[in-house]
Amino acid sequence: MANLLELRDISAGYGEAVVLNHVSLALPEGQSLALLGRNGTGKTTLINTIVGLTRRREGSIFLSGQDITRLRPDQRALAGIGWVPQERNIFRSLTVDENITAIATKGPWTMERIYKLFPRLAERRSNMGNQLSGGEQQMLAVGRALALNPRVLLLDEPTEGLAPIIVDELLQALRTIVREEGLAAIIVEQSPRKILPLCDQAIILDRGQVAYQGTSEDLTNAPDILATLLGVAERGAAPAH
Amino acid sequence: MSGSHDKDLQSASARLLKQSHSRWYEWLFWAVALSLFVIFGDFIPGVPTRLMLLTEIVTLALLALSIDLVLGFAGIVTLGQGAYFGLGAYVAALLAKGGAGTFPMSDPVIGLLIAGLVTGVFGFVTSFLVLRGSDLTRLMVTLGVALILSELANQMRWLTGGADGLNGVMPSAVLGIWEFDLWGRVAYLYSLAVLFICFWLSRRIVNSPFGLSLKAIKNNPLRARAIGVPVNARLVAIYTIAAALAGIAGALLAQTTQSASPDMIAFHRSADGLLILVFGGAGYLYGGLIGAAAFRVMQDVIGNITLQYWQFWLGAVLVALVIFVRNGIIGMMVAGWARLRKGDGQ
Repeated sequence: MANLLELRDISAGYGEAVVLNHVSLALPEGQSLALLGRNGTGKTTLINTIVGLTRRREGSIFLSGQDITRLRPDQRALAGIGWVPQERNIFRSLTVDENITAIATKGPWTMERIYKLFPRLAERRSNMGNQLSGGEQQMLAVGRALALNPRVLLLDEPTEGLAPIIVDELLQALRTIVREEGLAAIIVEQSPRKILPLCDQAIILDRGQVAYQGTSEDLTNAPDILATLLGVAERGAAPAH
Repeated sequence: MSGSHDKDLQSASARLLKQSHSRWYEWLFWAVALSLFVIFGDFIPGVPTRLMLLTEIVTLALLALSIDLVLGFAGIVTLGQGAYFGLGAYVAALLAKGGAGTFPMSDPVIGLLIAGLVTGVFGFVTSFLVLRGSDLTRLMVTLGVALILSELANQMRWLTGGADGLNGVMPSAVLGIWEFDLWGRVAYLYSLAVLFICFWLSRRIVNSPFGLSLKAIKNNPLRARAIGVPVNARLVAIYTIAAALAGIAGALLAQTTQSASPDMIAFHRSADGLLILVFGGAGYLYGGLIGAAAFRVMQDVIGNITLQYWQFWLGAVLVALVIFVRNGIIGMMVAGWARLRKGDGQ
């Protein structure tokens, strides 16, 4: 299967500090990747580097074989990289409708489909961004990224700080996006339990380097790796697919 | 799928269009503006003619509206709109003077369009200067552009008349029908019509997906860029549009006062425009219009009471407004309305 997104030997960081050291990964079309790691291992930096927000020092990024390394963030987004940032970053002075319409492009992800995926958002389509709960903001951030009709979706800790019931709702939507719709995605999470069942592949970052790369299934069945690299006890390991 | 998408886009556009439909109070605003023509147009015995003052308010309102587009919606702090205002004034004045009251060169509408086009082009060229740097850098760059133009107008005596400005500007009849009269009746109605059209266009712009993306940029440009908004292109576009509107405002003033002077391109024009917007409330479109009326009427009233210290009192009112009211006069009205509705709800 052809690679949709490919990172070759990427080193990046902030200012003088180098956070990522020679990271390479490949994401085939229609596949999903769980990006795992403890706090401060470079997960968000990696996502920000793909989006174009951090200072890349070395390496290249390819999208469908096209080198996008030198493109601006907006050009990368229009090329097909959808981003759901860790802080959600919705536009607080715009309504739900306006947040989505502001960046919507032509493609299969119409507003109708986004609202079908998140009925809770449809009910609050006229509410301002700052009137939404954390969970609704997260749904809006995902919906807004989908409205761009991306080829690959990057989600940075989408369930962080959300109530368990909202997490379930969001995971169900993500399952629809990656499993049923077949949209390629990289999902950053600290907890493998939540995300491994959704993803085909997994990568664990440790101190800015790839410490593990394999299938989600293999990682699920490797409690020693989970314990060593993520501090997950055997009984807390992710369930099998 | 394409059909479904088109339908979806149509419904999104329809929703935006519905949002941009005028409310009753907006029609009331324009009706009041029109009724001022009857009240102060020397039709009622005993009521003095104030149409020239009202026409000046309309031109200031259009200048403030142009600043609102860049500051209130796109978040670009500017002290340079006065430059486009002055440029528009000189372009319209030169055309009218060159045409010596004959069609087509002296035609006011053609003059307005050419002034808008020239200032739009100049705005486009200078817009790239405001893409870089922070608010402070933008403030300095826009101020720099305004100062350069102001000095050019002063030095190019052969074209602009230097410090004396251009006199004997004679625009022909509006649409070949209505001659500018001594009482300023045609001038007021003509200016009001131009303001209404420019306002309507601005309203459509801010209520379109393009306008929403400007608000997103104002919220956070870095975030907007990362999710796919072409920030630079949008800022260039709105800055160019706003420059054209400021140019049209200047052209209106030159045509209705039948002169153009360095005063029209001076720094205080930009400062006044900004002040008016802060007074009225940025980001509402109507803020500039209401602010212009409040500012100019206050200037007139305070000037009549204490000619020497009118700026002191104007400053005092502005400071009080900024301290006690969020978002100017409109902000005050919106907060009052919300309080009233809350009271009704309880």
